[in-house]
Amino acid sequence: MAYVAIADRDHEIEHHDPQTFITKYIWSQDHKVIAIQYGLTAIFVGLVALCLSVMMRLQLGFPDSFSFITPESYYQFVTMHGMIMVIYLLTALFLGGFGNYLIPLMCGSRDMVFPYMNMLSYWVYLLSVIILLASFFVPGGSTGAGWTLYPPQAIAEGTPGVDWGIVLMLVSLAVFIVAFTMGGLNYVTTVLQARCRGMTLMRMPLSVWGIFMATILGLLAFPALLVSAIMMLLDKTLMTSFFMPQMISGGEQLGHTGGSPILFQHLFWFFGHPEVYIVALPAFGIVSDLLATHARKNIFGYRMMVWAILAIGGLSFIVWAHHMYVSGMNPYFGFFFATTTLIIAVPTALKVYNWVLTLWQGNIHLRVPMLFAIGFIFTFIHGGLTGIFLGNVVVDLPLSDTYFVVAHFHMVMGVSPVLVVFGAIYHWWPKITGRMYSERLGRWHFWLTFLGTYSIYLPMHYLGFLGVPRRYFAMGDTEFMPQSAHDLNTAITISAIIVALTQILFFINVIWSLKYGKKADPNPWGATTLEWQTPDTPPKHGNWGHELPEVHRWAYDYSVPGQDQDFVPQTVPASEVPVGRQHGVKHE
Amino acid sequence: MTITLIFLAAIMATVIGWLLKQSFNTQPWVSNAADDATSGASLDTSAKTIGLTTFLAVATSLFALFVSAYTIRMTQAPDWIPLTEPQLLWLNSGLLVLSSVAYHWTRNAAIAGRTERLKPGLLVAGGLALLFLAGQMIAWYGLTAAGETVNGNPANAFFYLLTGLHGLHLLGGVYVWARSLVRVFGGASAASVRLSVELCTVYWHYLLLVWIVLFGLLLST
Repeated sequence: MAYVAIADRDHEIEHHDPQTFITKYIWSQDHKVIAIQYGLTAIFVGLVALCLSVMMRLQLGFPDSFSFITPESYYQFVTMHGMIMVIYLLTALFLGGFGNYLIPLMCGSRDMVFPYMNMLSYWVYLLSVIILLASFFVPGGSTGAGWTLYPPQAIAEGTPGVDWGIVLMLVSLAVFIVAFTMGGLNYVTTVLQARCRGMTLMRMPLSVWGIFMATILGLLAFPALLVSAIMMLLDKTLMTSFFMPQMISGGEQLGHTGGSPILFQHLFWFFGHPEVYIVALPAFGIVSDLLATHARKNIFGYRMMVWAILAIGGLSFIVWAHHMYVSGMNPYFGFFFATTTLIIAVPTALKVYNWVLTLWQGNIHLRVPMLFAIGFIFTFIHGGLTGIFLGNVVVDLPLSDTYFVVAHFHMVMGVSPVLVVFGAIYHWWPKITGRMYSERLGRWHFWLTFLGTYSIYLPMHYLGFLGVPRRYFAMGDTEFMPQSAHDLNTAITISAIIVALTQILFFINVIWSLKYGKKADPNPWGATTLEWQTPDTPPKHGNWGHELPEVHRWAYDYSVPGQDQDFVPQTVPASEVPVGRQHGVKHE
Repeated sequence: MTITLIFLAAIMATVIGWLLKQSFNTQPWVSNAADDATSGASLDTSAKTIGLTTFLAVATSLFALFVSAYTIRMTQAPDWIPLTEPQLLWLNSGLLVLSSVAYHWTRNAAIAGRTERLKPGLLVAGGLALLFLAGQMIAWYGLTAAGETVNGNPANAFFYLLTGLHGLHLLGGVYVWARSLVRVFGGASAASVRLSVELCTVYWHYLLLVWIVLFGLLLST
């Protein structure tokens, strides 16, 4: 049977050929426009969350100096900062943003297979963001239950935002999950069914592999969050007792009986741990492509990298309870989860070795995306190693409620993915906008961000060892906290403000580039992957003009021996340029 | 969580196993004419079928988690008073079985190209599904009237939650059913609605299966 790719069928192309400004840029079904919409919205809420973190740091660094930061608002800042950063920024940006932009372009399709549903996915996501932001303005403000929303305190009297804030938060999460599911069905189906001729799964760039596996994790794990959100919503609104135990509040017996807060923790972390990898796997994939491209070398151990992504994906579902060592669970249960946690470190470490080995003897171009990619290796190793500490029950118990944990998870799933996000934006910026950015501003942006975040989070590990508790509004006078620790807190706050202000450089760069930036070459980095081989830059609707590309080699033919050019695009047939590894140079 | 873990183990084994199979014995860094000739589709089926299958995996994850929550909560505290399910549910289950059968009959007609059978088939299948939903509502009202309210005890709460969730999923199917119905009454041929009728049939069977599992769980506890 002669196969016609779905994206290649005529009616599909006609079907979403935009006519007016509104269909082209607003109600758009073009995956690239949807990706940009996702990206802009996610970055906007991310900035809101960044401001919240600065407010938290102001209170911690200069206690009682700011009258607008009360204990209640402090907890609201913590909660909203965490939830926004993890879900509404990182998940939405990696999958909705980069997933949307890169999957069809890297796989050689004209668009996602269900463009209408893809459009709907963005608008439902926007709705969830609006509901979330609305919670700042309702009576009582947003919820202050902590980003994990543990019951009973999340819906018990005394927690900020207990009337409206928590309801809006839960509704917003449910709406977000609907949006993600619509997008996720698209990403999975497009990767499986709409690649161009010759693009076998094992010829896909690792970015697509990372996003693909992360989407599968998301599709299977987000239902756990939906389940817990629905049940908690019912506990709150209809006074059921899924999670709410028997409680006396203000001398009065509440209507709840016998609910199980631990059940919530299991459900939440059953989502929450895969979520870490939903954010990390796309970052792993993208960073692999950044390193290979800017080091002019094939990625070391491509198949290993794919297997590691698969292994991490599978294992990520059986480590969730390592977030719950302090919940009073059976020690044998903890032993099991400590073991799986250490096992998942193996494929992860394998990826790190392969990144470093890709750099080994590479022709490294320290352009801005490469700086961010190498910066990621540092922060990720750092955060990953402290993760191995915390994966052990006996180490976790004393450290669990301290700043050590804050330092760990910000290093591993805050700073690391954000560095990749910036690296990826700089890397694909010329393709997305058709213009170059300012290299010099980009470098300042990188160094200030990289060194700045280190000066925030390294001292936090030390504070953790001292026993400084996290989640506290003010430390007060305690014996175990020497004056130097208080000074350190002040220094951390100053670093945090500097890092936050540094991000202005990024936006200046964006505006400068759009206005004055040099017109970009179609393939400024000399990359092999398909998105750099489009007939137009930025790619037009339908991506490929009249003919779909055909793929003849893997995505990593860099520095093929005996060639003038140090890269061979995936579209070049083997008859013109031999495929890389045949020429006696055996690297593997 | 055992139930969820079994489901997830099965699905991850399938997905990862299949992906691994694609990766063994391949050396993507060498030239391969057979690879050059492969089409961009990994599976010999329509994109919509894959979309639906993926969605069913998501829905199964959701239901498995609810069932896990049910079994965990049931044993956690002594406040669980088993609910005596209304007899009406047996009638409703019968309606849902018949609806599934009718949809299957319509599907066979669509595959055989017998356009004249589509209208009665779809009407009966959808009508029975709507009757099922109405029956579920009546069961709810009956229970509420008898004082078995949603906040009464956790068994009640789970009953309303699980039946409501199943009903919502069926309602989503009814939307797609209504769209095919409009097309069929607008004169669409069997060939043109074949795929959507086929996929709807799969969805109907799936929801019947979910209902049997849920009903069994509710009856046995």
